[in-house]
Amino acid sequence: MAEVHLWGALRPIVGGALSVSVEAKNIRELFKTLAEQYPAFEPHLQRGIAVSINGKIYRDTWDQALPEGAEIYLLPRIPGG
Amino acid sequence: MPLDTNFTNQKFKQVGTRPLRPDGVDKVTGRAKYGADYNAPGQLIALVLRSPHAHARIKKIDTSKAEKLAGVKAIITSADLPDLTAGDRGMRDMLENCMARKKVLYDGHAVAAVAAIDQTTARKALKLIQVDYEILPHVTDVDEALKPSAPVIHNDIFTEGVEPKPTKPSNNNKRASFGHGDIEQGFREADIIVEHTYKTEQTHQGYIEPHACVANVSPDGQGELWVCTQGHFVYRNQCAALLGMDISKLRVTASEIGGGFGGKTHIWTEPLALALSRKANRPVKLTMSREEVFRCSGPTSSTSIDMKIGAKRDGTITAAHGVLRYHGGAFPATWAEFGAMTAFACYDLKNVKGESIEVIVNRPKTAAYRAPSAPMAAFAVESAIDELAKKIGMDAVELRIKNAAKQGTQSSYGPVYGPIGIGATLEAAKNHAHMKAPLGKNQGRGMACGFWFNFGGQTCCDINVTPDGTVTVAVGTIDVGGSRASIGLMAAEELGISYEDVRVVIADTSSLGHNDMTDGSRGTFSTGLATIAAARNAIKVLCARAAKMWDIPEDAVVWEDGHAKPAGTNAGNFPPLSIKEIAAAAGNTGGPIAGHNELVADGAGVSFATHICDIEVDPETGRSTVKRYTVIQDAGKAIHPSYVEGQYQGGAAQGIGWALNEEYIYGKDGRLQNAGFLDYRIPVCSDLPFIDTMILEIPNPNHPYGVRGVGETSIVPPLAAVANAMSNAVGIRLTHIPMSPPRVLKAISARKH
Repeated sequence: MAEVHLWGALRPIVGGALSVSVEAKNIRELFKTLAEQYPAFEPHLQRGIAVSINGKIYRDTWDQALPEGAEIYLLPRIPGG
Repeated sequence: MPLDTNFTNQKFKQVGTRPLRPDGVDKVTGRAKYGADYNAPGQLIALVLRSPHAHARIKKIDTSKAEKLAGVKAIITSADLPDLTAGDRGMRDMLENCMARKKVLYDGHAVAAVAAIDQTTARKALKLIQVDYEILPHVTDVDEALKPSAPVIHNDIFTEGVEPKPTKPSNNNKRASFGHGDIEQGFREADIIVEHTYKTEQTHQGYIEPHACVANVSPDGQGELWVCTQGHFVYRNQCAALLGMDISKLRVTASEIGGGFGGKTHIWTEPLALALSRKANRPVKLTMSREEVFRCSGPTSSTSIDMKIGAKRDGTITAAHGVLRYHGGAFPATWAEFGAMTAFACYDLKNVKGESIEVIVNRPKTAAYRAPSAPMAAFAVESAIDELAKKIGMDAVELRIKNAAKQGTQSSYGPVYGPIGIGATLEAAKNHAHMKAPLGKNQGRGMACGFWFNFGGQTCCDINVTPDGTVTVAVGTIDVGGSRASIGLMAAEELGISYEDVRVVIADTSSLGHNDMTDGSRGTFSTGLATIAAARNAIKVLCARAAKMWDIPEDAVVWEDGHAKPAGTNAGNFPPLSIKEIAAAAGNTGGPIAGHNELVADGAGVSFATHICDIEVDPETGRSTVKRYTVIQDAGKAIHPSYVEGQYQGGAAQGIGWALNEEYIYGKDGRLQNAGFLDYRIPVCSDLPFIDTMILEIPNPNHPYGVRGVGETSIVPPLAAVANAMSNAVGIRLTHIPMSPPRVLKAISARKH
C-alpha cells in the first residue's frame, strides 16, 4: 500500500484529503488505480502528472517501482524554458 | 542493459576542459544557417493578417479581392484548419492561437494568411482582405481580470481545483496550493512579519532571431519543414496532429537557433506555412517581423503576488505564505502553479503555503521563459526576506544561511531533498571578495537566491564510428548554448578518443527517434546520459570486433584509453588495437560499428544559485546602473565550464533587463504600445559590467558524472538581487518590476515629500 501525497489542485478530487492510500506496485498501477477509484483524476493524468519517489522525480516511466514505505508525491509536470 | 545512472565520482581526462565549440567558426563567420537563411526553389512568401483588436468577434472574413490579385497563390483562414483535436483542450488552444476561429483574443491574433510570389504582393493581398469585427470589452491586467466586472474571455472556463465547482465561467481557470505545516500558528510564533503585494510586468525572452520557417508539402502528403525551434520533434508531432498528417510523413530539420529561452517551445506560424504550402502546392517561407514576435509569440506572464513572511528575532522563519496570480495570456495555463512550487524552495520551513491563481487576459498566449514562473516568485520572497533581515537587524546572508534548505529538508513543494547546493552557494557568497568590496556614493549592494527544478525526458542518440575511426554523434536536442561541445566531450571521455575526433550533429526528425525539446535545462543532462550509454554500447561492439580480429572470446577484451586490450594474460598477448585499426577492419568483421541508446532521463538534480549585485542610482533621474554582478551556482558537474559560465552570465543579463527596464506596455485600447527593441529596452553589452561567475559542483546522485542542468536557474535571483541592491542604495523598497527610471524617480520623490 502506497501513501500518495497530492498537491492542492488534486485534493478536491479526494474530498480535500492531503494524501490517499493506493494499492500499487509501480507508477502505471498507481495511475490506473487512481483513475478507477477517482474518475476525476483522468483529465489530470491525460495532461500528465509527475511522480516524486523518495525525492527523485519521474515523468514518463510507468514501470518505476514504488518501494514499500517510500515518500511519494504527485506533482504537476514541470515546463521548461 | 539500462545505463546505471548512479554517480561514480570518476576521474576525468576531457570532461571539465574548455575546447572550442564546433559551431563557433560558422557562427562568427556568417556561415551558420538560421531560420530565415534557407530558401527552396520556387518558394512563395507568406504574411499573416493580424487582429488590431484585443477582443472581438469575427463576423465575416472576405478574401475574394485578395484571391484575385495577380501573384497570390493561396490564402487561408480558420476554415482551412479544421479542428482535428478530438477534445484535447491543449491542442485546441494551440490551433486557435495559431489562427483565430470565432473570436480574436488579443492584439496581433492571426485571422488569415497569404502566400504570394513575393513580399510586396503578399502585403498588398493582406490589405485586400476584409474582416468584419464586432468589438468586445477587453481586459489586459492580471488583477483587473479577476474582478467581477471584468469581461469573461472564455464562456467555457470554470475554475478548476476548488470545491464546490463553480457554476459560472470566469477568467480564473485554476487554483492550487503547495506547502505543509500550520501557517497561522507559524505567524503567531513570529516576532516580526513582513507583508507586501509585489507586481512584475510582462517581459519577452528577447531572442535576437525572429521565428522563421520554410514549409514544403507535396501533393502525395509528404512534407518538409525547415524551422528555428527548441524542439523539432515536438513541432513535427504537433503540426502533423493539427494538419491531419501522419507524423512519419513530415520531416522537420532544425536550423541554428538565435536564442529561444522557452519562446521557441511552442508552434506559432509553422502550421500556417504548412497549410499554405499544401494549398498552393509550392514551398512557403514565413518569417515573423520583430513587431510580430512581440505582439504574437509567447512572452512570460505579468504577475501580482501577495507575500507574507514571519520570523523570530533570532532569524528563524516561522511561517511563509504567498498568493500568486499569473496570467497565461488569452488561454488557460498553469504558470502560477509553478511560481507557487518554486517560491519558497530555497528554505527549510516548518510552516509554508504557496497558493496559485491562474488568470486569463487579452494578451498573447504565454510561453515558458527560462525557469518559467520562478523569477517573479523569487522577487517577492527574496525582497520580503531582505526586509525581514533589516527589521531584525541581521545580515541578509546570515539570515538566509540560518534558514537554508539542506539534504533531508522537506521542500515547500513536497518531496524531501537529497544533496543540494543552496547552503554552499550562500557560504560562497558570504566569503566572496565582492561582498567585502567598498561601495561609492549612491551605490548599494543586494543579494538573492533562486531555485529551479530541471528535468530530463525522452532522449535518444546514435554514435557511428566512421571507417577512419573518427566518430559522429547524432542527437535530437537543439543546441542552444554549446551542448554540441559538451556532448562531444562526454563521447570522447567514454570512448577514450580525442574531442577533435568527434563530430556532434543535430539529426532531423526522420533520422532519430523522438526527442523532447531542449527545455528544462535538460540538454546536457539527458542527451549526455543517452550519449554515455550509446558510447558504452559502441564500445561493446568495438571489443567484439577486436575479439574477432584476435580470434578470442568477446569477454576476453577490455576497452581502455581508446584501445581494445586483452583482458589478461590468459586472453593472449596481443598489442592494443586502436579505434582506427578496428574501424578500418569493420567491413571484414561485421560491417559498420555503431552504438545507440534511447531513454527517459529521470532524476535531474535540482539547482540553486545565489547572486550579488552592486547598483548605482542617479537620484536626479532615477536611472540606475549595475556596477558589479556575481553569479554563484551549483552545476553538479560542469562538463564544459566556459559554456556553463555563459549560461550563468546570460541568465543574469536577462534578469537584470527584466528588473530594470523590460516591460510590455498596453494602451487602454488593449494594443501593445512598444513592439520593438527601441521601445522595449533589453540590456546590451555597454549597459552591463562583466558578470563574474563561480561554479560549484555538488554532484547530482542520479547522473554518473554528477551533472545537473544549468541553463535556467541563473535568471531566478536577479529581479530580487537588483531590487535589494536598489533598496540599499537609495533607501526605497520597490515592489513593482521593472524598476525603470520613472518608477524609481517617483518613489524617490514620494519619499522626499
